[in-house]
Amino acid sequence: MLEVRGLSKAFGGLKAVDDATLDVRQGEIVALIGPNGAGKTTLFAAIAGFHTPDAGRVTLEGHDITGLAPHRICAAGMVRTFQITQPFAKIDVRENVMVGAWLRTGERAEAMRRAEAVARQVGMGDQLDQLGADLTVAGRKRLELARALATGPKLLLLDEVMAGLNPTEIAEIVDVIRAIRDSGVTILLIEHVMQAVTSLAEQVYVLNQGRMISHGTPAEIAADPAVVEAYLGHGAAARLARGAAHA
Amino acid sequence: MPDLPIILAGVINGLLAGGIYVLVAVGLTLIYGVLHIINFAHGSLLMLAMYAVFFLFKPPVGIDPYLALPIVTGGAFIFGYLVYRWLIGRFNHGRDENILLITLGLSIVIDNAALMFFTGDIQTIDVPYAGRMVELGAAFLPVPKIISFFAALLLCGALGLYMARSDTGKAIRALAKERQGARLVGIDVDKLFAVSYGIGIACLGAAACLLMPTFYVSPTSGHAFVLIAFTTVVLGGMGSFAGAAVGGFIIGITESLGGLLLGEQLGQIGISLIFILILLLRPSGLFGGKG
Amino acid sequence: MSRGTLALCAAGLLAAILYPLVVRGLAGAGVGVSANYLINVGMLVFFVAFIGQSWNIAGGFAGQTSFGHVVFFGTGAYCSTILHVTHGWNPWLAWPVATAAGALVGWAIGALAFRAGLKGSYFALITLAFAEVFRILANSVEFTRGGLGMLIKADQRPENFQFRDPMWIYYLALALCVVSLAIAWQLTRGRFGARLVAIRENEDAARALGIDVYTEKVKVLALSGAMCAAGGTFYAQKYLYIDPSIAFGVDKSVEMLLVSMVGGAGTVFGPLVGSLVLTAINEGTRSLASVVPALKNVQPLSLIVYGAMLILIVARLPDGLMGLFGRRKSGKRHDA
Ligand SMILES: Nc1ncnc2c1ncn2[C@@H]1O[C@H](COP(=O)(O)OP(=O)(O)OP(=O)(O)O)[C@@H](O)[C@H]1O
Ligand SMILES: [Mg+2]
Repeated sequence: MLEVRGLSKAFGGLKAVDDATLDVRQGEIVALIGPNGAGKTTLFAAIAGFHTPDAGRVTLEGHDITGLAPHRICAAGMVRTFQITQPFAKIDVRENVMVGAWLRTGERAEAMRRAEAVARQVGMGDQLDQLGADLTVAGRKRLELARALATGPKLLLLDEVMAGLNPTEIAEIVDVIRAIRDSGVTILLIEHVMQAVTSLAEQVYVLNQGRMISHGTPAEIAADPAVVEAYLGHGAAARLARGAAHA
Repeated sequence: MPDLPIILAGVINGLLAGGIYVLVAVGLTLIYGVLHIINFAHGSLLMLAMYAVFFLFKPPVGIDPYLALPIVTGGAFIFGYLVYRWLIGRFNHGRDENILLITLGLSIVIDNAALMFFTGDIQTIDVPYAGRMVELGAAFLPVPKIISFFAALLLCGALGLYMARSDTGKAIRALAKERQGARLVGIDVDKLFAVSYGIGIACLGAAACLLMPTFYVSPTSGHAFVLIAFTTVVLGGMGSFAGAAVGGFIIGITESLGGLLLGEQLGQIGISLIFILILLLRPSGLFGGKG
Repeated sequence: MSRGTLALCAAGLLAAILYPLVVRGLAGAGVGVSANYLINVGMLVFFVAFIGQSWNIAGGFAGQTSFGHVVFFGTGAYCSTILHVTHGWNPWLAWPVATAAGALVGWAIGALAFRAGLKGSYFALITLAFAEVFRILANSVEFTRGGLGMLIKADQRPENFQFRDPMWIYYLALALCVVSLAIAWQLTRGRFGARLVAIRENEDAARALGIDVYTEKVKVLALSGAMCAAGGTFYAQKYLYIDPSIAFGVDKSVEMLLVSMVGGAGTVFGPLVGSLVLTAINEGTRSLASVVPALKNVQPLSLIVYGAMLILIVARLPDGLMGLFGRRKSGKRHDA
């Protein structure tokens, strides 16, 4: 469904994303992981049209969308959320979500119906009248998700929707995400919370210093020495292996 | 098309006027560079300072505008310091256009207070040396303008030196670059902000003293300078001292030649056009990197 | 709209319609006020509310603060006056053309400024500069008669957009105001308005959710420019004289901004409330000045008060006076 080929993006001298390639198939949940500063958010932004890539190609359902404006990409069925949540502060949750819903309808009643349904779906049914500014971290994360979902996407790009949540909230949102996928929406998510990645994702891609260093099932990734090194530093995989042998 | 000597005279006149613009713009750009405030009250505060010069010159006080310079400049500094402490600094949060609106509100209050207390009449002061001229080629240059030109440059140079060498200046420059860092190393940030704003307004005090011998003041005098000052500043790149200096001269010459070539009315258009073009094409200023 | 709000609106409208009749009745009964003066004041309230609303739609709803809205006002005033005076058009016919000219100028300025990515203070300042360019041009070119200004020949016939009885121009201003309220109210209900608010609150998020930020901003400036230009024609036909500093002067820009900000930027009734308050303060100080000779210079006081209110409102009451009627912005009811 989504194909990213050889995508690169540099800021000045810093190669934030370097020749990254990635595939998401229809109906999958795919995770993108990597240490802080690996370039995950930058990759999302480049896919979703917020940065023009320096090189590479992005296709969505066979259409080349490289460098298209974000609103075009959203209309084509792919929408991103923000790691640093961006609620519309002075309007309430219902109106926040309606902004997304207006993409597919010109009717107020329909937009509202849709927004309220989506809000309930992500568990914000009883917060509809709260202002965006008054939400907790968990609320803001859900709002990001709800607004994006209200645009009726085929593919959702979720950037760390679980960061800053407590375990109960994480469990809740994991269920929400699974339900969203079961309703027919394909999902690509950036996540640091590894349990969530393991329980949700069919495929995992690992980005480190801008380069895609590994991909496979969660189990394959966990066993890949390159991944362990990326997270724990040089030589870590060998040390772990030795430690395991001693035990 | 006027012939060359007249154009040359226009250029020289423009340069002379530019000196004052530099001083006004340096104040504005300092405030922007340090506080990130677009000070819409700049023109109104200049007008206020010009009234101060006017009233100091009139009996019973009767101080010559040049001699009043230390008084008005110091007064302007204190005034600016307090305005920042009591008003702008308190609301210095959030969207930048909020600060713009607050300084707009301030300028509305000042302009209308001036109208109420000083009436709308145009006021001038008659210094004995007002009419004295120096002949330079085809140009007859009024002595006060020459004085103001050199004085303005001298003051800008002194300010530049102060910012580069003194402890306060260094702290202010550090603050402009790195707010959080400055706070961490124990600099009293709010006080420094107020001092910076005060210095910016002090520049206006000095400019007022240099302007009054050849200019007039009325409650709307500030308006004329607002766009000039902003244009000068964006021309040189917001926050840049050297840019403001070059910008001031370009604006002075543009205004003078505009008047010469396009006539009194249409000539004023150059400044607004420059302002628009710079913002549209090179928002980082003529000398800045790409925006 | 809830039933209570609806009833309040209906009552307000009825009162506004009856107002001229009531003040005439009072004057007829010997109460010592000039009915025409009061009708004229009422006209001003609605007229300023109307041009204030034109500012509010761009500045309040969409968050594109402009310092030079008068550029549209003057465009409308000059366009219809030139068509009428120089080319002999009927002013009623010139009115829609002037309105379209305002839309065109709004579109052009928006296209230039937003294409260049100007936001916030920079957008505010560039609109100011555009207004200044228009003022200087109007001052310099032949077909506007330069600084002399343009005089519209008095010919008080309704078909000529001039009214002998001030009551009719009052009703026209009221109608304009009602139309502008309806437009603003529609913005709180529909897709376009929702997009504008999203853009005001967070452009990146708006973009991610499929909003074409640039196009919507240009559209709103065109709409706002059209309304403001319609106000310009109205002004010219009411006062029968315009010159560059009236039509393109900073004062009008500030007035439009002030009534919206003070009343409540981004609210439906903000500009009307702001206009009521501004006109009340204005007329109050004016009559004070005329009654007490010692206070003859006190007139600028109204603007001093207003400048102070602007500061206060930006600092403490971001929803303006409307914010005092509850935390939520007006017009945000959720019954579909
Ligand atoms: N707009 C920008 N300008 C300059 N550098 C940037 C910009 N955005 C990101 N970077 C840099 O690019 C690198 C990658 O950042 P990015 O935000 O994509 O990482 P990330 O993988 O999302 O990290 P995290 O897990 O912390 O969210 C970082 O070094 C960051 O500092
Ligand atoms: Mg990130």
